[in-house]
Order: sequence, then structure tokens, then C-alpha cells
Amino acid sequence: MNCSSHHFDFVLRLGDSSLVLGQRMAEWIGHGPVLEEDIALANVGLDLMGQARMLLTHAGALEGRGRDEDALAMLRDVPGFRNYTLCELPNGEPVSQVGATRDYAFTLTRNFLFAAFQCELWKALGASRDAELAAIAAKSAKESRYHYGHAADWMLRLGDGTDDSHRRMQAALDLLWPYTHELFAADAGEAEPEAAGIAPRSETLRAGWLQAVEPVLAEATLARPADTSFLSTGRFGRHSEHLGHLLSELQYLQRAYPGAQW
Amino acid sequence: MVKPPIATGGPGPDRARVMQLLGGIPDPEIPVISIVELGIVRDVAFEGEAVIVTITPTYSGCPAMHAIEADVRALLSAEGYGRVELKTQLAPAWTTDWMPEAARARLRDYGIAPPMGQAGSDTHRITLHGRSVPCVRCGSTHTERLSAFGSTACKALYRCLDCMEPFDYFKPI
Repeated sequence: MNCSSHHFDFVLRLGDSSLVLGQRMAEWIGHGPVLEEDIALANVGLDLMGQARMLLTHAGALEGRGRDEDALAMLRDVPGFRNYTLCELPNGEPVSQVGATRDYAFTLTRNFLFAAFQCELWKALGASRDAELAAIAAKSAKESRYHYGHAADWMLRLGDGTDDSHRRMQAALDLLWPYTHELFAADAGEAEPEAAGIAPRSETLRAGWLQAVEPVLAEATLARPADTSFLSTGRFGRHSEHLGHLLSELQYLQRAYPGAQW
Repeated sequence: MVKPPIATGGPGPDRARVMQLLGGIPDPEIPVISIVELGIVRDVAFEGEAVIVTITPTYSGCPAMHAIEADVRALLSAEGYGRVELKTQLAPAWTTDWMPEAARARLRDYGIAPPMGQAGSDTHRITLHGRSVPCVRCGSTHTERLSAFGSTACKALYRCLDCMEPFDYFKPI
């Protein structure tokens, strides 16, 4: 490897998270509640896929074993993925328990929480000693800012909306909040990238994230859920039951026809 | 307008010619503006018999980049360059601030409202209603944003409430 395994894992984590969430956005195409939102989520997903491509390409280069973006995206199984569990959760039922395969409150709230996180992350990575990572961060920051703005507006519109929309937003927020703890979890594997000036420790991002999240929740008349000891573990390769199903769709063609080209 | 940092100098008198040729390649989605004006082309260099064109993506997922690469290869091959190599450069990040005023005027005439303000210093948070963008047809500022995300990654969709026509807005980034 051309770098430490911790460095590779870190870049993989970011790439996988964007890839998996991008795939969740793609699942909305053709099913958006209104045409403008169908297009909005498609565009957000497109940006996320672009981020994933840049990050996975860089991860492959760092690894130095000849794996390109396609090999990494399409030929690893669940334990090989390092995305945050938050990103792999389905867009609705069964997690949202609303009884719909796609739930907009759940989808937008997850987008809001994650986009706010990405904004903090890209800001911190702008100073990374990994020049390529810093370049990817500077570029992604511009796009994530638009994702955050779009999701934040819907937090206001649906949170401070009707009784029904407010109830569903609060339910979505209560369900999703525990999954955000993983974004800022202490991780011994981060000591080395931090010392090398590659990446900040996850814990350092939480204060800025709360500053981006809490005022919007308050304005949306949503109650900020209490922190709990729940900690999801996708970033360590221990995933929920949902990632396998997502990969079976994402990877089907490449797995069924290895090396297919058209 | 901020000038895009295209590298100057480099070997051979052909560099200017290649840049001029590339300036004739229009953006696949917006044919009134060239890939040079958009700031996508960052450098032209020569290495032996190969001409190396460095480009930068506009949005990270922009699907038009494939078409742009193909157009660059096709044009330079047709002009007699035997070996054409394309390199992608991410830094400095592409910004609409690089778009020259002449190109912005052409965008407006084409029916796309050009980006407003300076993206670099723009801390305007995206709001429910979006900033007021003048209608490209009648000039009215009585317009509304229909969607922050439009038909392509770089555009938002607006509607004029006076002449009632829709129009695209090229987002500052």
C-alpha cells in the first residue's frame, strides 16, 4: 500500500458513504412527491455519486493494488464497506415504520443530518496534507452546501407545517438521531491520520455540526432528541441488515456479468 | 469576474492554436458558451508527440464531462494531433466566478439567467424562495424559484410571475 491502512480506510469510509447515500437518492427517481423534488433528489444523488467516484478512485490509488473506482464499488461485499450506517438505512419502511417504502420526512431528515456533517467534514479536510483529498473536499464543499440548504428548507416546511407533517418529521428525527452518534465516534484508527495531518478526529466535528443542525430544528419547531449510548458500526465494517439488499441491486449487473462492457 | 488560472507559457507555438481550437468546442448542454470560457480547460502542454489537455469538472457528477472529453479528442485528432491525452485536475475547484462577462451576456440571450454575485464570497444560504433573479425574457424581478435543482446539475428552475415564462438559472458555485 502507498499509505497507511488507516488512511485508506478513512478515504474508503467517505467514498462508501457517498456511494451508498447516492444509491438511496437514486431510488427516488420517478417516485418523487412532486416533479421538482424528483429532480432535486436526482441531482443530489448525482453529486454524491460524483464524490464517490473521486474518493474511491483516490482510495484505489492509495491502496496501490490496482483497484479502480468500479472494482471498489462493485466487487466488495458487505464487510468490505466502511460507510456510516446512517447512509445505508432505507428511505422509509421498515425503519421509518410509517408503512411506506419511501418516506419523504425520513429521507429529507437523513439528508439534512448528513449534509450538515459533510459540510463540517469538507471544511476540515480543506487543510489535509493529502493534497488530492483536500482538492476533493474543496470541490465537494460547494455541492454539499446546496444539499444542506435544500434539506434545511424542507425541515422548516415540513417541521413547521401541518400537524401531520410535524408528527412525521419528529418521528423521523427521533429514529435517525441515534445513528448520528457514529459520525463522531471515537476511533483509535484515527490517531495516525490525525498525527499525519491527513484528517481530523471525528469527535472534533460534532460542535460545528450541532451549530448547523440545532438552530434549524428549533426554527422547524422540532424537539432535538436526547443523545443515547446507541452506536451504529458501519464505519468499522459491521453493517445493518439493509446494506446487503442495497448492494444486491447496485452490484447485480457487474456480479452477474463480470467485466461486462458496453 | 475572476480570471481562471490557466497556465501560461509552455513549449511550442502550437499551444495558442490548440487553445483557440478548444475555444470552438461548445458546452454540450449550453451551446452558446465554450469549454474554454466556462473554465473547464485549464492547461495545454506537449510531451513528445502527445498534446496533453488538462480539464477540470464543473460539478463532480457532471455527466457532460464524458461528451466534452470525446469532443476534445475528436477535434484535436481531426486537426492532426496524433496523440491526445486528457488529464483531470480538481484544484483549484471550478467556480462560476471564472465566467467572463461576454459569456454571461450570451447565456442571458440564450434564455439562461447567468450566475449572480460572487460564488467565492457568497454566504447566502439557500432559502425556500431563492434569491430574486431577473427574468431573461421581460427583465422583471417579480420571479419565483420553482426548484433549486434543475434539468442539469448546474441549474435551478425559475418562473416569471409577470410574463409567466419559466427559465433556467445558472447557479453560482
